Amino acid sequence: MSQLTYREAVRAALSEELERDKNVVLLGEEVAQFNGAYKVSEGLLDKFGPDRVVDTPISEAGFIGMGVGASMLGVRPVMELMFWSFYSVAFDQILNNAANVRYMSGGLINCPIVIRGPANGGTNVGATHSHTPENVLANHPGVKVVVPATAADAKGLLKSAIRDNDPVFYLENTILYGEKGEVPDDEDFLIPLGLADVKREGTDLTIVTYGRCVLHSLAAAEIIAKEDGAEIEVVDLRSIRPLDIDTVIKSVVKTNRVLIVEEQKPFASVGTQLGFMIQEEAFDHLDAPITRVTTIDAPAIYSPPVETEQLPNVNRVVEAARAALKA
Amino acid sequence: MADIIEMPKLSDTMTVGTLIKWLKKEGDEVASGDMLAEVETDKATMELESFFDGTLVKIFAAEGASVEIGEPLCAVGEPGEEVAAPAKKEPPAAEEAPAETKSEDTAAADPAPAADTPPAPKATPPPRPTPEPPPLPASAASGDRVKISPLARKLAEELGIDPTRIKGSGTGGRITKSDVLKAEKHGTGGMAAGGGSVFAKGPIQEAGVAKVSNMRATIARRLVESKTQLPHFYLDIEVDAGPLLALRQQINTGLKDSGIKVSVNDFILKASAEALRKVPAVNCSWEGAQVRKHDRAHVSFAVAIAEGLITPVVFDAHVKSVFDISTEARSLAQAAKAMKLQPSQFTGGTFCVSNLGMMGIKRFSAIINPPNAAILAVGTTETKPVVENGQIVIGQRMTLTLSCDHRVVDGAIGAQFMVALRELIEKPALLLV
Repeated sequence: MSQLTYREAVRAALSEELERDKNVVLLGEEVAQFNGAYKVSEGLLDKFGPDRVVDTPISEAGFIGMGVGASMLGVRPVMELMFWSFYSVAFDQILNNAANVRYMSGGLINCPIVIRGPANGGTNVGATHSHTPENVLANHPGVKVVVPATAADAKGLLKSAIRDNDPVFYLENTILYGEKGEVPDDEDFLIPLGLADVKREGTDLTIVTYGRCVLHSLAAAEIIAKEDGAEIEVVDLRSIRPLDIDTVIKSVVKTNRVLIVEEQKPFASVGTQLGFMIQEEAFDHLDAPITRVTTIDAPAIYSPPVETEQLPNVNRVVEAARAALKA
Repeated sequence: MADIIEMPKLSDTMTVGTLIKWLKKEGDEVASGDMLAEVETDKATMELESFFDGTLVKIFAAEGASVEIGEPLCAVGEPGEEVAAPAKKEPPAAEEAPAETKSEDTAAADPAPAADTPPAPKATPPPRPTPEPPPLPASAASGDRVKISPLARKLAEELGIDPTRIKGSGTGGRITKSDVLKAEKHGTGGMAAGGGSVFAKGPIQEAGVAKVSNMRATIARRLVESKTQLPHFYLDIEVDAGPLLALRQQINTGLKDSGIKVSVNDFILKASAEALRKVPAVNCSWEGAQVRKHDRAHVSFAVAIAEGLITPVVFDAHVKSVFDISTEARSLAQAAKAMKLQPSQFTGGTFCVSNLGMMGIKRFSAIINPPNAAILAVGTTETKPVVENGQIVIGQRMTLTLSCDHRVVDGAIGAQFMVALRELIEKPALLLV
């Protein structure tokens, strides 16, 4: 075990996989000479050379399209988006091509591409740089979508993503890059895609969440335990698709109450789907309506204090959890 | 200078309103158009709107208080502004001197001056400077459906507990798992702790007195007036409902895909309007020295709601199709049950229909709803032996009873109306053209 930041954990996963498999390459804007816009790929150019760690032009449609083509021919590219917000420039490459290749080829061609980068608000970068597109991505059959919340999950999920033979979209968070956690050193430390993790055990309310909201939810659960004497179970989805509904349902059967916490605009969000799945499979176990805390439905607000309130935060989660416990 | 918001007249017959719940509290910013409070009138629960921008600096009427029209409810002004309770208007019945205007200091310290006005002797809740939202009324008021969580329903079923006997503690009175478990625990003992859950062996209801709601008081007053002042007489007629039921079935099965579903009552509303066209003397009102003749048939119908009943109006029913009437009646009935009818939707009727047929009542005599001159009571359709052309056959018969105000409608006129009505109901195709 090592104490690593989330950033270092992502880097460790990249480094280990570059080391393990020479078909793995890292491409993206500023990943090589500048060491990464957020310093995730720091030192990798020196270690693996310019054939394996490659700077691309500022053209997402071009380089993601190239990555999709390369992956169809046996390369295992890890493509960095400086912000996931730029995915829409390459929407066709990502969600029309990569997502459909295996199906359209009758299973003859795989597309083992990983696209990764930060997808979050809360850093005052404005409406066009603050998207959280995991719901949009996960809407497409044929893809996998993961959103790690902790350093250990970041490492284990990225290694699994790189070894997976389907397109995997890996959404990081700039605010989490500095968060430290215990991370296994094992070179084969893998967290399977599609497996949720109960981050805190509880009996009175299930919070289903993922990404940075896991941290908010854990903090809120401690406050509620201390001030209200109720025990909240926090289920971290980790993978949005495939979605581990079994772990969620197991928790709902235990607590009978659900609060979904997500950094998502509310309309047709991940939580929307989750709410549907929960009522479908656990209707008879619900003692109250499913509730949720989401990003407030507006473009990312530029004013920092208002943006803080637009996003889920500990206070909003505490308040919603109290309401859900009473409802 | 703060603006005082007074109890508005929210329905034509309203004299007092009950302040059910404040939606804003003192110190809150309010803008013109914001909802300030929920007010129960004799007809409906309505929202009180702010006409001013500013800060809600003072609440004069406590939740639960009965407040006369024109009495102050709250004041909107500058933050921190101190507002004296304005001099109260003298209630018409009591000959007391107007309450003195209080000095600013005492008024500011007095959280609920309006609550101790004479008309509301019992409604003086304890002072509440920062009112918390009151517990939602544990209302069976929201209809027949028992509000129960899926889990609690399943649990109640497994434990053999009748959910209608459990009082819910969740939002809006929803029964939750803990309520069912509590009920199970207290099941054999009759009443649960807290007096909430009542079981088969317990008393049939809690003894005590219930304050008469505004709506109930209005019903009581108006019906006593009607039954004591209007000379009622009653005319029964039996109609063959077979053709109407057959036609209705044709329409409802034939147009099922278009979502059209008409009820027997929709046809009766239409038939009443057409019969009024044929015998307009029934579409009149007694006004003492004169009788007012109405040129349009505004047919109201009685809807049972939790607090009592109300009669929403289908205006101009004489020029509307059965389908239009059906759609309108359904949405009016829904609004009525939700206590959301606007005064304009339940006043101005010229004739009224009351139907207890769906409850299996054979026939009954309704009390006229003044200023109408008549009301039609509709009984159930019975399948029974009838004599047709000298043969005993199985028939479907419905009894209609007209209550008439003899000052306006004489026996022969009433009878003509009933004959016209029977003709229309027995040849229901006429109602579609």
